[in-house]
Formats: sequence, structure tokens, C-alpha cells
Amino acid sequence: MAHTPELSPSQPSGSLHRMTAPALQPTETGTGTRQTQLLARMLLTPAVALLFIWMIVPLALTIYFSLLRYNLLDSESAQFVGFENFRYFLTDPAFLASLQNTLVLVGSVLGLTILLGIPLALLLDQPVIGRNIVRLMVIAPFFVMPTVSALIWKNLLMHPVSGLFAWIAKLFGAPPIDWFNDIPLFAIILIVSWQWLPFATLILLTALQSLDEEQKEAAEMDGAGALSTFIYITLPHLARPITVVILIETIFLLTVFAEIFVTTGGGPGLQTTNIAFLIYSQALIQYDVGGASAGGLVAVVIANIVAFFLVRIVGRNLEA
Amino acid sequence: MARIATSRHVAVSTVAAWLVGFLIFFPILWMVLASFKTELDAFAIPPKFLFFHWTTENYAAVQERSDYVHHALNSIIVAGGSTLIALLIAIPAAWSMAFSPTKRTKDVLLWMLSTKMMPPVGVLVPIYLIYRDFGLLDTLTGLVFILCLGNLPIVIWMLFTYFKEIPKDILEAARMDGATIGRELVYVLTPMAVPGLASTLLLNFILAWNEAFWTLNLSTLEAAPLTVFIASYSSPEGLFWAKLSAASTLAIAPILVLGWFSQRQLVRGLTFGAVK
Repeated sequence: MAHTPELSPSQPSGSLHRMTAPALQPTETGTGTRQTQLLARMLLTPAVALLFIWMIVPLALTIYFSLLRYNLLDSESAQFVGFENFRYFLTDPAFLASLQNTLVLVGSVLGLTILLGIPLALLLDQPVIGRNIVRLMVIAPFFVMPTVSALIWKNLLMHPVSGLFAWIAKLFGAPPIDWFNDIPLFAIILIVSWQWLPFATLILLTALQSLDEEQKEAAEMDGAGALSTFIYITLPHLARPITVVILIETIFLLTVFAEIFVTTGGGPGLQTTNIAFLIYSQALIQYDVGGASAGGLVAVVIANIVAFFLVRIVGRNLEA
Repeated sequence: MARIATSRHVAVSTVAAWLVGFLIFFPILWMVLASFKTELDAFAIPPKFLFFHWTTENYAAVQERSDYVHHALNSIIVAGGSTLIALLIAIPAAWSMAFSPTKRTKDVLLWMLSTKMMPPVGVLVPIYLIYRDFGLLDTLTGLVFILCLGNLPIVIWMLFTYFKEIPKDILEAARMDGATIGRELVYVLTPMAVPGLASTLLLNFILAWNEAFWTLNLSTLEAAPLTVFIASYSSPEGLFWAKLSAASTLAIAPILVLGWFSQRQLVRGLTFGAVK
């Protein structure tokens, strides 16, 4: 993509007017700039105000509720309990279990989508007849709504009696797997990975296509094999897009909800309860507003750690 | 420039790519096939791949038994409404930051991005209580509002990166020809921004259509879009596979078509311009 000069050192709008100043009356230029800046500020205000309210109000309320003992069914009884909810939430075995599930879920999906996404992107970068159609097939799962993909996988593919996987297992003489009872978290990991593999692949493919072909050619002429070309040229080029994939996927994967909601409901036991689902069940099934709010804040803190790095990377790119 | 590909290389990579593509696409294909089966055929063992009694009765049944159209309309209103309102708020903001940047523009942009990083579950409780107290639970207004706010940062970002690419020389030329800001906006900027606007609209429509946290938690029946409608099939397990498949096919078909058109903008939109 060609970068036009006006993109890189972002020129303040003022300089634009200074350049044209000889053609205009000085007073006109002055008022014009001031007017433009005023107008610009006015145009920006609604968006900033809305997002500010959206960020501050619910968060402030979450903090407030997290300090109360407050049951949804008995809202008169709300009373201030300080950090009691945090102590309770953080020492609750369910929290540790769900934190572990969250980490396993996020880590596994990241690993699967990147480890499969790199070879897949490399494959799609090859001369392939009908590449556009293959691209469409690969990207499709990303556009399937989470409730649909979860239910289709659960019923049509992973059902222990009539699912396609059970039939395939039988063909090979293996006992069918009861996915959502025996390895429920892994079943969810598979479904979520299927949804996110297209995203990773598409981003890596886009990055591959911007790789300088001549550089690879030069390396090959110097006698570099396919493997060393990949390790010393392609992989370093992919480092940034991989980082971006990791960060963006993490943001979304930390709050996987619908897939759990429609398949296992967090069970059996706590085996597929992640932080998001734990908070949901505390709020809307156990009606414990205080506890759920404390949990919500824990989730915000975890997400912010990831967001910090993502924002830095995006910010660096904004200047380049 | 390009290396000459041997025909063997092409043959191998073509076969491999089609095989992998087919595998990834298979669950969707399998669902579409199941939607044309009778309920009995849908969970027959061994599975029936193509040779079964093709029927469209499931599609009729989905509408009759559960009022599919009602939920589809909700999806259109919620996804379309939230996207349009977000665009109305975002266009002036992105325009202002792209063409009249100040020292703080970068910080404002990054701050906007960071609001998107807040996990929805972190504010589930207050939003739920506010919605309950204001009677917004299970209303289209409530869903439009929350999805609009949720997607606003992405909309602003996408528009900003598109506006940034419009050469400033053209605006300057128009200004020198005596164009007012209003005329500049209508005759110069808008035509050049249409492709960017279109892909922003498309991507956000898709994101809102598939959103399944707020819709599941804030709507039950009246305002329920297709995400919630499909989720209602999770309880009577194993009985309605063909109908579930028919309903699912209808729910994802339009978005799949839109998505295929927008796939090139997708990368840019979802990575906030960090990967092009």
C-alpha cells in the first residue's frame, strides 16, 4: 500500500493555511483556522462525551456495587461491606477454577489458531487454482454467529450417539467420545478455535502478501533453502501481525460467553466456567450483585493488562 | 518478479488448499445439508450425505412454530439501527480528527480504542440494573443503544483510517476555489469517502448481527434477535436438529454473503489499521 507523503509526518492543519496565505487576506486565514478548529472540536464532542459516559458511569457503578452486599431479589437489604466481596470472590474456589479455565481457553485457542494459521496462510499464499473460492471457504466460520456455531458443533458433529464424529470414530473401531462430558473444555476450545482460525489466517495472509518478493528471491539465489528462508525472512516479517493477532484475540477470548452459555452452561461442575460465565451466573442466576461486581472489576483489570500492550502497538503504528 | 511456479507445485498446493478449505467449511455445509433433511434423516447413523429425501419442510416449520421473521426483523433493526446511529456520531468525529488534528488527537484516538477493550462482563451488573429500572430490558431501543456504544470506537477508527487517506491537496484546491466547508463536505469529501463508509457500515453491521453477549443477557423474547432465537434451541436437545439447521442457515446466510464482500476491509477494520 503506497503511503502518500501527507500521511507520514501529520501536518497540523495550520501549516496548510500558512502555505496558502499569500493568496488570502491574513484576517480571513486567521478566522478561517479558528472557525475550522472550533467546528472540529464541536464535531468531536458528541462522540467523546458518549464514550466518556459509557466508560465512566457503568465502571463507577460497578465499583460502588462491589462494595455492597446486595441481593437482586431483596434490593432493600443493600449494605456497605467494604472489600468483603473481593475477599470472597478471590478466595472462592470457583474463582480459581474459572481463572484457570479462562487461561487454558485463551492460551489453547491462541496456540491452535496461530500454529494452524501460519501454515494455512503460507498455503493460501501459494499459486492455487481457484484461490478466491478457497479463501471464501476458509473465512466463512468467522461470520457465523457464536450461538449457531456452538449448537451446530454440539449437535451435528460432537453428539456422542448421532454426531458425525461419533460415526467416524466407529469407522475406525474406536469408542465415540462424549465430548461435553469427558473433555468439555477441550470441546469448547475446538469450537472457539474454529471460529477464530479464519481471523488469524486472514491477517497473516495479508501480511505475507506485503512481504517483498525480491528479498525472498535474493535469499534463494544465495542458496537459502525453503526452511531457512521461512525462519530468517518470513517469520520475522510475521512477528508483528502475530503479536496483533494474539492481542486482539485475547481481548475477545477473555470474554467468551455464548459458546459456553448454549453448550455446557459452565458445567459439568465448574469444568467449563470461565470468568465471564462465572460473573454472569453470580449476577443473573444467584442474584449476587456485589459479588458479581467484584468479579467484573477483576475481569476489567485482567483485560486492561492486555489492552495496555495492544494500545501501545497500535499507537506506534499511528506515527509510522 | 514472481517466481515461475512449476505445474507440479501448483497441482500440489491446489489440492492441499482445497482440501483444507473444504474441511474448514465443512461444518457449515453439513448444517445446510441437515436443514434439507427430515428430522429422522438428520440424525441417522450412518449419516446420509447427499442421498436422502430432500425437503424444505423445516424452513416452513421454523416460521410456523417460532415466528422466525419476527426475530429476523429484530436482528435487522438492532444491527442496522446501531450501525447507522454509530455512523452519524462517528463521521463528524473522524472527519474532525483526520482533517483538523491537534496535539491531542492521537491520545483521543487511543483512549477511544481503549474503551473497546473493557470486557462487557465487567459492566454487566450496572447495565442490567439500569436497564431494569428504566424498563429497557427486552426492548429494541435498549439493544440498539448498547450495541451502538459498543461498536462506536471501531466505527470511528475505521472511518479515521479511511479519511486519513484522502489527499489534503484536493481539499486545499477546493478551498482555494472558494468552496465553503459545507460544499467541501458534500461535493469533495463525501464522494471520496463512500468506499470507506460502505465497508465500515458493512463490517459493523456484521459485528452487531453476530453480537451474542448483550443480546443474550438483555433480551428474552420481544426484542430477541436471531442470536437469542437460535440459543433457545439449546434446551430440547437432539429433537429438532433439522429445524435448528434450517433456522441457523437462515440466520447466517445473509451475513455470510455480506461478509464475503467485506473480507478485504475486515483485516484493516479489526486490527485498527495495525495490519494492512
